[in-house]
Amino acid sequence: MAQAATPITIDAESAHDPVLDPVLDRRPENRVWKKFRSHRSAVLGGIIVAFFMGMALAAPLLPIPDPTATDWGAVRQAPSAAHPLGTDEIGRDVLSRLVWGAQASLLAGVISVLIAVCAGVPLGIAAGYFGGWTDAIISRCTEAMLAAPFLILAIALAAFLGPSLTNAMIAIGISATPLFVRLTRGQVLSVAAEDYVDSARAIGLPTRKILGRYIFPNILPPVLVQATLTIATAIIAEASLSFLGLGQQPPAPSWGSMLNTAKNFLNQAPWMALWPGIAIFLVVLGFNLLGDGLRDALDPRDH
Amino acid sequence: MLSFILRRLLIAIPTIILISIFVFALQKFLPGDPILAMAGEERDPETIAFLREKYRLNDPIPLQYLTWVGNALAGDLGISLRTNQPVLELIGEKLPVTIQLATMAMIFAMVIGIPAGILSAVRKGTVIDYAANVIALSGLSIPNFWLGIMLILLLSVKLQLLPASGYVPFADDPLRSIQVMVMPAFVLGTALAATLMRHTRSAMLSVLTSDYVRTARAKGLSERRVILKHAFRNALTPIVTLSALLFGELIAGAVLTEQIFTVPGFGKLIVDAVFNRDYAVVQGIVLVTAVGFIVMNLLADAAYVLLNPRLRS
Repeated sequence: MAQAATPITIDAESAHDPVLDPVLDRRPENRVWKKFRSHRSAVLGGIIVAFFMGMALAAPLLPIPDPTATDWGAVRQAPSAAHPLGTDEIGRDVLSRLVWGAQASLLAGVISVLIAVCAGVPLGIAAGYFGGWTDAIISRCTEAMLAAPFLILAIALAAFLGPSLTNAMIAIGISATPLFVRLTRGQVLSVAAEDYVDSARAIGLPTRKILGRYIFPNILPPVLVQATLTIATAIIAEASLSFLGLGQQPPAPSWGSMLNTAKNFLNQAPWMALWPGIAIFLVVLGFNLLGDGLRDALDPRDH
Repeated sequence: MLSFILRRLLIAIPTIILISIFVFALQKFLPGDPILAMAGEERDPETIAFLREKYRLNDPIPLQYLTWVGNALAGDLGISLRTNQPVLELIGEKLPVTIQLATMAMIFAMVIGIPAGILSAVRKGTVIDYAANVIALSGLSIPNFWLGIMLILLLSVKLQLLPASGYVPFADDPLRSIQVMVMPAFVLGTALAATLMRHTRSAMLSVLTSDYVRTARAKGLSERRVILKHAFRNALTPIVTLSALLFGELIAGAVLTEQIFTVPGFGKLIVDAVFNRDYAVVQGIVLVTAVGFIVMNLLADAAYVLLNPRLRS
């Protein structure tokens, strides 16, 4: 399946011979982009993610029925021309709910990771750069949070905040925060030991500038990779919470809650259970492929 | 070795104290007043006052926390609002079910993941390696509750080979017990198998390029012997450590797996407790899991040192 993802094109960039044109090849952005592009599975991941993003954004424009419109005359109908993926237990169009459900899943994935990054990265920088008590307090709290399994923490928080999509995002975001604190802290520790940071300190640059100009740009690549992979985890977590009834509330469509109802009609309407699961699987696979590819492309060790 | 473990234990203490504060705070901030729920329909002010006094809810919060910690240390995690059973007893009742599920899942994961990882590393760059990686990534991306639903649809509804739900204690009927648990264990083990495969592969790859493997080959040892005796034994250290760290994932995965297959274990207990606002049970579960995770971490560290002679000083 990876074959289809790499159309063979000879464009201006790939026509450059790295040996004959070493200057172009040495520019980091070029190198990363080239490496990423040569990574078939990463490109495939990118295409999958782009497809679902497009689907989520285009949902209002597509010629599909209202995802919440019930039709008691067409309950649990098998796939047909009118309903390509069939209808659910109260006659709603499964395809339409699937398309609209992409919004909930992607929003939950992206926003909860944004929450985790915005909270985790500054805390990690503080712990790694300032050390001492700041580090001790932040690190102990991180460890304590990491001791509770991710999903159990998210379930407990979602229960405490009350069931809704927003609260599920917050719960997943908080649960994922310690991952970013730990990663950022480790990265800052290794970057801060570099000579160029020492020199920056020696010439008396203020801390704010050292952090912004030298530390932050250098810790960004691993954070980006982790964020992409965590979006995959967060999408599964949102689907899990919705499946348990702690996420998106009916009648608004979400893949997790579609599966929750579908499991009661396995005998009569198996199609209800098939598509939402395939959708979750593909989106998560897409983000995982993308994250793996980014990690290889951004890895400074093997150029 | 002993001093190493002692040092790790000392570091774990502040973490455990913090966890207990989180867990206690969780109860304080949860919506709804448990006393009102206990007082019943009439909400008689006298009963409420009596219950508040009985559960010492009029004490200052730090004092309430200390009382709670003291009780927890003595093994008293409170009473379930729903079943009136002591929480620890409830957990003790459900835990063996989940331990059986988790053990079977771990066996699945190891039997599939480790050989696949070795094979994939030894045949790096071939179709086998590529296929193993695709399967592993799919295993990581598939939501396990959906995999469970699909298996029920295929094996229980269509083919009627395996029961879709239920639980038989292992001691009552071992064969039947395993039969009922096969599907949930497979579902729970899929993601773990994928994780184990990926880690085994990378551990093997780094070992296979090392000097002593080259020496072993130069000595003329058979490839089989080089891979299993020399390379794998050294790659095993990170794999064992990882297996202990997967404990958290097992417990979290069990929540959904048990929900789908209606297995009456630890994971189902927490979901039921959350929906019934049975705070004491939620607290007890989070506390027990977190402490369990820290213990597993300690064991992983100890195993790492034990398996790695270079660190045994």
